[in-house]
This record gives sequence, structure tokens and C-alpha cells, in this order.
Amino acid sequence: MADVKMADRATAAAAAGPVLAVENLEAWYGESHILHGINFNVNAGEVVTLLGRNGAGKTTTLKSVMGIIGKRTGSIRFGDQDITRASSDRIARMGVAFCPEERGIFASLDVRENLLLPPIVRSGGLSLDQIFELFPNLKERLNSQGTKLSGGEQQMLAIARILRTGARFLMLDEPTEGLAPVIIQQIGHTIARLKSEGFTILLVEQNFRFASTVADRFYIVEHGKIIDGFANSELQANMDKLHTYLGV
Amino acid sequence: MQALYAQLLVGLINGSFYALLSLGLAVIFGMLNIINFAHGALFMMGAFASWMLLNYVGIGYFPALILAPLLVGIFGIILEKTIISRLYKLDHLYGLLLTFGLSLVIEGLFRNSYGSSGMPYRIPDILQGATNLGFMYMPNYRGWVVLAAMVVCVSTWAIIEKTSLGATLRAATENAPLVQAFGVNVPRLITLTYGGGVALAAFAGVLAAPIYSVNPNMGSNFINTVFAVVVIGGMGSIMGSILTGFGLGVVEGLTKVFYPQASATVVFVVMVIVLLTRPRGLFGRAA
Ligand SMILES: Nc1ncnc2c1ncn2[C@@H]1O[C@H](COP(=O)(O)OP(=O)(O)OP(=O)(O)O)[C@@H](O)[C@H]1O
Ligand SMILES: [Mg+2]
Repeated sequence: MADVKMADRATAAAAAGPVLAVENLEAWYGESHILHGINFNVNAGEVVTLLGRNGAGKTTTLKSVMGIIGKRTGSIRFGDQDITRASSDRIARMGVAFCPEERGIFASLDVRENLLLPPIVRSGGLSLDQIFELFPNLKERLNSQGTKLSGGEQQMLAIARILRTGARFLMLDEPTEGLAPVIIQQIGHTIARLKSEGFTILLVEQNFRFASTVADRFYIVEHGKIIDGFANSELQANMDKLHTYLGV
Repeated sequence: MQALYAQLLVGLINGSFYALLSLGLAVIFGMLNIINFAHGALFMMGAFASWMLLNYVGIGYFPALILAPLLVGIFGIILEKTIISRLYKLDHLYGLLLTFGLSLVIEGLFRNSYGSSGMPYRIPDILQGATNLGFMYMPNYRGWVVLAAMVVCVSTWAIIEKTSLGATLRAATENAPLVQAFGVNVPRLITLTYGGGVALAAFAGVLAAPIYSVNPNMGSNFINTVFAVVVIGGMGSIMGSILTGFGLGVVEGLTKVFYPQASATVVFVVMVIVLLTRPRGLFGRAA
């Protein structure tokens, strides 16, 4: 029954077009031209992963979608809105949430304040109880200073705080970076759970094995361009290419 | 002994102004990364606003205590929106030069219209007179200044450290782009912060009006010491600016009793010692 509903929703969403459509995106940090024409899209309910070597432009792509990179051209559409030139606070208020690579936990805020910081942008976000069910550790550390948490706890906090906001489109930048296998597993479960609840997720990963357990589709970023893309089901057939792309 | 208590009180009064002014400077610096050299001029504008409200509109001291900071705060907001906000991408130094220039212009304009001899502002009736504390007579108005300054300082501290608005401010001080990416209108928050810091200066100005004569230079007389207070306290801490402000006022007062010759320089001597031993200031956080 639930599956049927979900399938319905997927079809309806596909008919309405992708949640995120990025066309010919170019971006600059000051004078340095980093993205040279990025093309990809993300459909409702999907987990899409950007893979690529260090410095390929994955983070820059997420930041461009979020509106944090000053100079960007091309076209970024979120739902039926053009957000190419929108300010990041407006983009957030449309329902885009971002979990940065460096996690961005605030040292001058305790865990509770970090958790409650992002404003609610629409109804339907997770309640605190639901968040503590996903991340029980956080509940015990509510009064600790944000940056006193372990790396894994900080990552959980960084994900948890964007789940409250009601945003249904999440961008997670290397959520497993530098974490122990058990914690990576927990984050994997969380992503699977969010997907099953209908969240749409754009993931950046270096950890290809992890990505293959959660993603529906992959795109390969290299030198500021998307050079390839395939579905999880095509993974085995593309293994050799992947090894060349990622150098693993 | 009488002299000691009297100077302690004077110290607390000066400390009240130091605390209110350095608190505003610290809040503004945290959010805007600008050392607001116009702070003294805005303090002076607060005093003038209360004088004008009384003499042109007949609005008395207590309403002015709210209205003057509001009006000067709005003036600050306009300054920030039209001029100061253009400098955020540049080095600190430009903000310092700009606000220094602004303070000269503002003080010049007031000097042109009102001269520099100063105009009296009468203590409101209810705060006239003095109270016998047993060990000394305390002029009521002076007691009121210390009390009002403490209440406003502690309230500001509580807003910044204990409310969700304050948490957003602190977070934006650390990483403004990320806070904006969560959906917070950071440019507006910055503007309001500047307005708030300016309003604190203007509030101090209203408190000062009956004590010092209302004159265009009253801000510049204070501001050098206030910058020393900020350096001593360290920019990072709200409670630090408050405690340092009151503390240095008292130190100054005590110096007047025990070694009057040094009273004008003691704050700067402390500043040098602190800079040599703790360059971040007494309460400054590690970067
Ligand atoms: N703030 C910046 N200013 C200038 N150049 C930058 C800046 N941030 C990143 N770059 C450059 O942009 C390029 C792309 O960086 P980006 O962070 O997007 O890579 P990435 O794919 O996320 O890499 P990683 O896997 O290491 O996180 C790199 O060459 C990097 O040096
Ligand atoms: Mg990156």
C-alpha cells in the first residue's frame, strides 16, 4: 500500500519535472573560474550523488545551487522557480537545505542552540522528538558547546538541524568524511530513512562504497564539468570507467 | 574616606558610560567587522536628541530615554544602509577611516549650529537631590545612571547570550554566509545590529546629558578611553566589555584618590600592560 503511494508520488513528480535542474552552470571564486558548465538534475524522492576527485568542483556546485558563490552563470531551477541569481536566504526559504563539508557547527552556540538555529521555512519538518529518535546522542549533549562534540556527533548535529526546517531538498557535502565505520553506517541508515520519507537528497561523496549503498544515480565531476552519469543499476557495467575517473 | 567613596561613585558613573559604549562597539565589531569610530558622535547625538526633544517639542527626560535612542538608532540604520554597507568587502581600515570621517562631519554640523560651549540639561525633578547612604551622600541622579546602565547592559547581555535572536547573532558573527544559507536575512540582521549598537550609544548620551553639558565634543572626550576599554576587554566577549567598562571606571576613580596625577593615563597604562601580556584582551576569545 505504502509502496503504491510512493510510486504514485514518484510518477507525479516526474511528470512535474525535476526538483533541481542545473544547466550549463559556471562559477568563479573571485578571478578563478572553477565550474565550466555543469549539467545535471535531481528528481523528487531521489538520492543523487556527485562523485569526483579532490578539487573537482563538487562543493562549489553545491554552494552555487545554495547561492553562496558570488559569481555564477547558467541556469539553476528549483521546482518551477529560477534560482540562478537568488540570494541564499531566499533559496533556503524555498526549501533547500545545506549541510556543509566542514559541518559548520557554531562554537559560540551550545548543541541546543545549534539545533534550533535554522529557521523553520515551512511546515512538515521533523519534530525534536523525531530528531532525537534518529540521533539519540544529541539529546544527551544538548547543553554542551557545539564544537565540544566528537566529529561524528557534529556531523549528526549538522544533519539534524536541517531536518527541522521543513525543507524537503537536502544537500549533504561529504557527510562521512573522516568518520568511523559505525558512524558512517548510522548516517547511511539515516539517509535511507529520509529517502523513504520522501526527502530528495543531493549528496557529495568521496567514499564511493558508501555512496553506492544509498544513491539512485551518480554523476562524475571533473575539472568543473559533469563528464558522466549513470544509475545505481548500471554500476557494475561502469566499474572500470569509475576506477579511472576516481583513481581508486 | 569620603573622598574615596565619592571617587568610587564617579568611577562607577564613568564606568557606566564606558560599559554602554564599549558594549555597542563590541556588538557592532562582531557583526560588521567595523571599528565604529562614529560611536562618540552618535553618543553625542543621543544627548542632543534629548535636549532637542525637551527644548523644541517639550518631551521630557524619561520619554527621551526611549525616544532618543530610537531616533539616533534609525539614523544609524540609514547610515549603515546608505554608506557603511558599501565597505564590507574591504579591509577593516576603510571602515575605521569612514566612520572616523563621519564622526568629524557629524560633530562639525552640530558645532556649526550649536557652538561648542555646551548647553545645560536639567536633572528631572524626581531624580534631584541626594540620598544618605550612611557612609556618604549619593546624588540621586548619579545612582540612577549607574543603575540604568547596569540594567541595560545586563539586558543586552541576556538578549545576546540567552535568546534565539542572540544565538542567531552569535552564529552570524562566526559564519555569516552559512547562517544566511539557513534562510536568515543576514544583511537585515547586520543593519539592525548596527542600529542597536548605535541606540546603546545614544542611550548613554541621554544619561550623560544632565551630568556633562550637552556639547558637540562630549563624545570625543570619551571615545579614546572607550577604545582603550575595548582593547583591554577584548572584542570577543559581551560580558567582558561590560565588566571591563565598569572596572576601568573604578580603577580610574581610585587612581584619582591615591595618585591623581595618573588618573588621566591609568587606563592607557593598563592597556599597554594587557597588550603586552594578553594581546587578545582580558576576555577575548582565541580566534
Ligand atoms: N574559496 C576559494 N577560493 C578560491 N578557490 C577555491 C575556493 N574554494 C575552492 N577553490 C578551488 O576550487 C576548486 C574546486 O573546489 P571544490 O571545493 O569545489 O572541490 P571539491 O570537488 O569539493 O573537492 P574535495 O573533494 O576536496 O572537497 C579547487 O581547485 C579549489 O582549489
Ligand atoms: Mg568539497
